[in-house]
Amino acid sequence: MSGLRNFVDKIKPTFEKGGKLGFLHSTFDAFETFLFVPNTVTRKGAHVRDCVDLKRVMIMVVLALVPAMLFGIWNVGYQHKLAFGLADWGFWNIVLYGLVKVLPLYIVAYLVGLGIEFVSAQIQGHEVNEGYLVSGMLIPLIVPVDVPLWMLAIAVAFAVIIGKEVFGGTGMNIWNPALLTRAFLFFSYPSKMSGSTVWTGGVERFVNEGVAFQAGNGLVDGFSGATPLADPTLANLQPKLWDMIVGTIPGSVGETSVIAILLGAILLIWTGVASWKIMVSSVLGGLAIGYLGYAVGATDLPGYYQLVMGGFLFGTVFMATDPVTSAQTECGKWIYGFLVGALAVTVRLWNPGYPEGMMLAILLMNTFAPLIDHYVIEGSIKRRAKKVKIA
Amino acid sequence: MSNNIYLKQGLDIPISGVAAQNTRKVITPDVVAVKPTDFRGLVPKLLVREGDRVLAGSPVLADKMSQNILFASPVSGTVAEVVRGEKRKLLEVRIKADEKQEYVDYGVKRVADMSAEQIKEALLTAGLWPALTQRPYGIIANPEVKPKAIFVSAFTTAPLAASPEFTLQGDLADIQTAVDALGKLTDGGVHLSLNSANYSGTPFHKLTNVIVHTFEGKHPAGNVGVQIHHISPIRKGETVWTVSLLMLAAIGKLFNTGKYDVRRKIAVTGPKAVNPAYVDGYPGISMKDIKEFYETPENLRFISGDVLTGTNIGAEGYLGFFDNQVTILEEGNKYELLGWAKPFRPGQFSSSRTYFSWLTPKKKYDMDTNLHGGPRAFVLNDVYSKVLPMELYPVYLLKACLANDIDKMEKFGIYEVLEEDFALCEYVCPSKIDIQQIITDGIALMLKEMC
Repeated sequence: MSGLRNFVDKIKPTFEKGGKLGFLHSTFDAFETFLFVPNTVTRKGAHVRDCVDLKRVMIMVVLALVPAMLFGIWNVGYQHKLAFGLADWGFWNIVLYGLVKVLPLYIVAYLVGLGIEFVSAQIQGHEVNEGYLVSGMLIPLIVPVDVPLWMLAIAVAFAVIIGKEVFGGTGMNIWNPALLTRAFLFFSYPSKMSGSTVWTGGVERFVNEGVAFQAGNGLVDGFSGATPLADPTLANLQPKLWDMIVGTIPGSVGETSVIAILLGAILLIWTGVASWKIMVSSVLGGLAIGYLGYAVGATDLPGYYQLVMGGFLFGTVFMATDPVTSAQTECGKWIYGFLVGALAVTVRLWNPGYPEGMMLAILLMNTFAPLIDHYVIEGSIKRRAKKVKIA
Repeated sequence: MSNNIYLKQGLDIPISGVAAQNTRKVITPDVVAVKPTDFRGLVPKLLVREGDRVLAGSPVLADKMSQNILFASPVSGTVAEVVRGEKRKLLEVRIKADEKQEYVDYGVKRVADMSAEQIKEALLTAGLWPALTQRPYGIIANPEVKPKAIFVSAFTTAPLAASPEFTLQGDLADIQTAVDALGKLTDGGVHLSLNSANYSGTPFHKLTNVIVHTFEGKHPAGNVGVQIHHISPIRKGETVWTVSLLMLAAIGKLFNTGKYDVRRKIAVTGPKAVNPAYVDGYPGISMKDIKEFYETPENLRFISGDVLTGTNIGAEGYLGFFDNQVTILEEGNKYELLGWAKPFRPGQFSSSRTYFSWLTPKKKYDMDTNLHGGPRAFVLNDVYSKVLPMELYPVYLLKACLANDIDKMEKFGIYEVLEEDFALCEYVCPSKIDIQQIITDGIALMLKEMC
């Protein structure tokens, strides 16, 4: 261990200001602090500090995403197997196919995103912020598996530069960077982000070029490839309810399994990293509008179906709770979360143009979160002033 | 006994090194220092020169802005050295103490027969006026102003703080005298806050002529600012004074004995203090006078006060005017391999559940001064209000301070807070932001613009 430390100390001067590789200072610092908790001591204020830092917080979110990621990798292979009728594929074939499809998404998301973070940290003379570790983990899970890598690269670059760095980096951004990536893809390349062929690995390529990684006998008869949102009727979805909970349905990579997402939610709530208030109120909002739609006849699905379809739960647990872009006041969190859930289901039920509303609902509420906080705080200050006057 | 106020938010930091309740040493002072830096915003005027003789209670400094506020020498002796810093800023007046202490005789007085003006005059002349702190801003009280009320916290919750019951045993009569005296300076009365868990166990509930409040909760429930916030919040234009029990004892002794007697029991605490216990000493004593409590001063930090709000004074430093605690810590200037990535870090405490220290709630930790991370922007926003039992929006107040926006600072409650109230926010901050410094700068701006 001390050997490694000695090596780092030896090469450190090269990367200091004025050293030969001084222009890589932030990069070196990022790797060094990744390996070692730095030896900085407190200079001002409290002399001792809690041992938790943002790296620990962020790694908790990354850990919470692992079940969804692992299930996503498996499900990509499994959907491919179903689509092409590959009866002889076992577990490892499925996982291998999933890895081949998902790993490049991760490599692109992290290379492009972290690359930009490192460069901008160097330009601004900051330390590299670990916030992108989470964004990079999220992005591959919310895109269709067949999205072209160059598109993903452009979308990531857009989200990190325009969505985050121009505001001053992690902690200053208005919108969730991962969702911004998805929104960029959604509006720039709609054909790759909707329809019934994009959600299953290899299908697009097979339709266009007649080949796929493992074409087998071609697409099976009756292959639909549609997500539940394409035809949200009771007749269609009732038999699939259990599949939707387990997650063995087509969809974006990491969003399909309710069980995997709930495992992550438990970790986030237990560690206190994400707000349970936002999660609960978003679910309440979704249920409220879901049942309202059911009552007035906009859909024949009972409200709870809205929770297990599409990206609702994934968005609720991992994206709406982003501490930077969500509401900051405790009361504001209830309002914000409720509106996220309510708006998402409203878009689903009453807007024929967009089958899924979660992304738009969260981005819209990100925009309005400061306004919600403003009124919550104004109200609280006024109430308190009144109380003080009486006392 | 009025209503008990229960404070849910807070945190008791489990740091090791609590002082055993015995007096290990009676310090015969060698060199003691009077430090104008103990008082916020003070521009001092030097009243003595090197070589001058002083008695305990002789004025050494005056406040340049209102020159009737005097600062006295705690011991009798000879002025040995006047230490100045950058731009000739006065830092310390060092006094070489005599072997036998002689006191200026200010005369025994009967508080009951004195008017408010006479009490003020007595405190000002004897150099005990600076014991009174004014809120907002935590500056020396202005003798021209009549405060809304005076607040005293009769218990401490700060990490390893000296026990008032132990350090002030036998001083109850003096404290009562001081309470009676200060009660004449305000129409709002003297408010005394007790810990409801120890209400009958503490002698201070016997004090009369006070309005008693009881509090229950973790640190910072013992902070007088938190208590004022719940008893009678400070609004714009209002002034209240606060004073510690320690200072009340000194004020009482002035009236009862005629002496400026600031001797006190000092708790020497902290993970690196050997056999932590109490000593009998004075404000301004040198850390060299407690050398029995550490092996070698190298790589140690000496704090006058507690680990959250105290001042780093160094191995050669002197105890502050208001402090009766020294905390000795190890400097955490070492690297830790994969610290944040390890699932377990048994030697470290975290109030967050991302580590496992919640499994061992009774364990005490040998904390050091490592920052445990690098500075970042505000990301998590709900960690602060969990340790701040005030109806404030801490992040909004801090951002208003950063933006130098006075209107918003007022709105978000700058009048009600001091650094000490935000110390725990700083402790738990995962972004490693120097929160107390932000408040200090905010208060400095308010003082510059508003006064």
